[in-house]
Amino acid sequence: MISNDVYFDHNATTALDKSVLEAMLPYMEQQHGNPTSRHSFGRQARKAVEQAREQVAAAVNAHPTQVIFTSGGTEANNLAIIGISSSYGISQIITSAIEHPCVTRPALAMKHRGWKLSMLPVDSSGVVETHALEALLETETSVVSVMLANNETGALQPVAELAEIARRFRTILHTDAVQALGKVKVDFAELNVQAMTLSSHKVNGPQGAGALILDKRIDIQPVIHGGGQEKGLRSGTENVAAIVGFGYACTLLDSRVMGYDKDVRLMQQRLEQGLRQLGAVIFSAGAERLPNTTFFSFKEIDGETLVMALDRKGFAVASGSACSSDSSEPSSVLLAMGVEYDLAKGAVRVSLGLQNHMEQVDDFLASLELELNRLRQLTAIAV
Amino acid sequence: MTVKTPIYLDYSATTPIDPRVAEKMIPYLTEHFGNPASRSHVFGWAAEKAVETAREEVAKLVNADPREIIWTSGATESNNLAIKGAANFYSGKGKHIITVMTEHKAVIDPVRELERLGFEATFLQPEPNGLVDVEKFRAAIRPDTVLASVMLVNNEIGVIQDIESIGNICRENGVIFHVDAAQATGKVAIDLEKLPVDLMSFSAHKTYGPKGIGALYVRRKPRVRLEAQMHGGGHERGLRSGTLATHQIVGMGEAFRIAREEMDFEIARIRRLRDKLLTGLQEIEEVYVNGDLKQRVPHNLNISFNYVEGESLIMAVKDIAVSSGSACTSASLEPSYVLRALGRSDELAHSSIRFSIGRFTTEEEIDYTVSLMKSKIGKLRELSPLWEMYQEGIDLSTVEWAAH
Repeated sequence: MISNDVYFDHNATTALDKSVLEAMLPYMEQQHGNPTSRHSFGRQARKAVEQAREQVAAAVNAHPTQVIFTSGGTEANNLAIIGISSSYGISQIITSAIEHPCVTRPALAMKHRGWKLSMLPVDSSGVVETHALEALLETETSVVSVMLANNETGALQPVAELAEIARRFRTILHTDAVQALGKVKVDFAELNVQAMTLSSHKVNGPQGAGALILDKRIDIQPVIHGGGQEKGLRSGTENVAAIVGFGYACTLLDSRVMGYDKDVRLMQQRLEQGLRQLGAVIFSAGAERLPNTTFFSFKEIDGETLVMALDRKGFAVASGSACSSDSSEPSSVLLAMGVEYDLAKGAVRVSLGLQNHMEQVDDFLASLELELNRLRQLTAIAV
Repeated sequence: MTVKTPIYLDYSATTPIDPRVAEKMIPYLTEHFGNPASRSHVFGWAAEKAVETAREEVAKLVNADPREIIWTSGATESNNLAIKGAANFYSGKGKHIITVMTEHKAVIDPVRELERLGFEATFLQPEPNGLVDVEKFRAAIRPDTVLASVMLVNNEIGVIQDIESIGNICRENGVIFHVDAAQATGKVAIDLEKLPVDLMSFSAHKTYGPKGIGALYVRRKPRVRLEAQMHGGGHERGLRSGTLATHQIVGMGEAFRIAREEMDFEIARIRRLRDKLLTGLQEIEEVYVNGDLKQRVPHNLNISFNYVEGESLIMAVKDIAVSSGSACTSASLEPSYVLRALGRSDELAHSSIRFSIGRFTTEEEIDYTVSLMKSKIGKLRELSPLWEMYQEGIDLSTVEWAAH
């Protein structure tokens, strides 16, 4: 039943690539060693983890020794924010108004412990205002964290530019590249940042693996203490199968990015053209965006209602990010952009993937039009 | 007798995934790939349902309420969350923690970290048999003690601590009690409705489930509170943020279901294998079992072979995959801190081997292991001047060695 539904929520999670599953299966069915063990079972597991480390590093133009495996993007962001700022000592943490909660929440946790938290504002198209950083950096700062692409609007952020400013002030810049990876080119060296978060399950890899790419000169404290794995920065038995899957998924990123740039972008253009004809407001329309993400709203139509109606029609979309779709509050990203409350409350996110095709976009637009008419009639009756 | 080598006798380091578990996991890697936090479509709902079914299975094995189970990335994270989370939350009441010298590093290191942040810790020394003296535990409690952490089953020597008595003392004194049960599930019965335990850590990959997933039991009545250690989207009622790895959770649920259903039979079978191994190895002279033999899971046999050098021992028995000390510390050449805490000499600690038996161990493998150990220990001792001196009746402790 599920397979008949059209999945338009690729920013929440992606289906595992078949070849990734093939790569993982031996580590679920036969090779079961603990990478810390010194016998042959352990050494085989260690070899697999190290190969994955090379694959992840190669995909983002980093060195394998710069890769710290974690349980996912959330943990990598926590490690970056808490680990760097607590190692530095009481200071300022700078982030932006549109970060994912797994950046803002650890930053808030540090604020409770006495650190100062400052937020970079965004403009009306959801792009971080770089000029605000210099003034903030006059205060002693341990880490600046700005995402590479926003998960809701898809707006790309001027991270390289921010990193250059931060370097002038000898401050560390961390970027959450979870949503950018695999959709646009991500180059750790070129961005010139010191720390970068990646997640496996957003790039057709398995859930349960992620990485922090880290310049080795950075002082950082672990968040999880114990057996001393990952050079003491992340204790706990390595999740070998998921790490292998993540590594393999990273070898597919180049062709994935090409597919996004070509096929997915065309679908996005068709989708947005259709949405505009139906009267939608598309957020961050003026910004350079991910080729798969469209965040939109119709005046006087509730987003939650629309999302549920679309689900009944067999289209899986989201109202904001999966992690916060629990709450009925409007997107904090949109509010930070100055979008008015009611319009923000109506927001729906479509995030396309390589498995989608043009007919699905057309079907979606047709279903959407019917639903909009129905909902508008209902609203008219209610009024 | 044909046995495929190397023989895996390191089930305490990690276990293979049971084929039945792998089979359950794979659909959640393929067709049911949704994010359980996606509330707006069927892909998310299917994943969420699977997560909740697995939560029930984990709860059932330990007789807890599913709402008391929090998913984590593994027992290390569970231990970190329990210890740092509880100590920080209750730090207003006091800043003293009690634990044991033989705990896993994933307990000791978070406690050390708390010491760095201004807490005080007492590391109790166990008795020579590895068990904590309950009265010594009671004596360690101070008015400012807020948290105690004692493992149920030791990873290196397999001894079972008297959690019930220790827990009762904690209750009497208003101390939050955490138990690391990573090595215990499927090996000893756990009833959290009866046990006076507030927090308990679990791991999947020690119980034939996948790596990368674990859980923390957090008691609801009386309610225990924690400060979250991983912040973000607010998953797991805010106690542990991060997208849930559905297939791994499903795997842990199935692994714990199998453990619940097959535990009694499996323990009896493994006990027979262990007794056979023990009887065989005791035919070798000068061997010492580390840790109490009675209050111990049958899955573990930790033995020191006197007058044999540790590294060469490991090299000589390459046909069996065993561990000297716990896997997490065996990368270092330091003798096991657990065995040293029991008062074992460095020599005996160095020449120790942990045999851990599991679901897929066969009788033939045990026979092979016994004969391999007998022949290899014999050969190593032939080369050992210490063994020669011992046989000549020289008391080695009285020998004065010349410095080079």
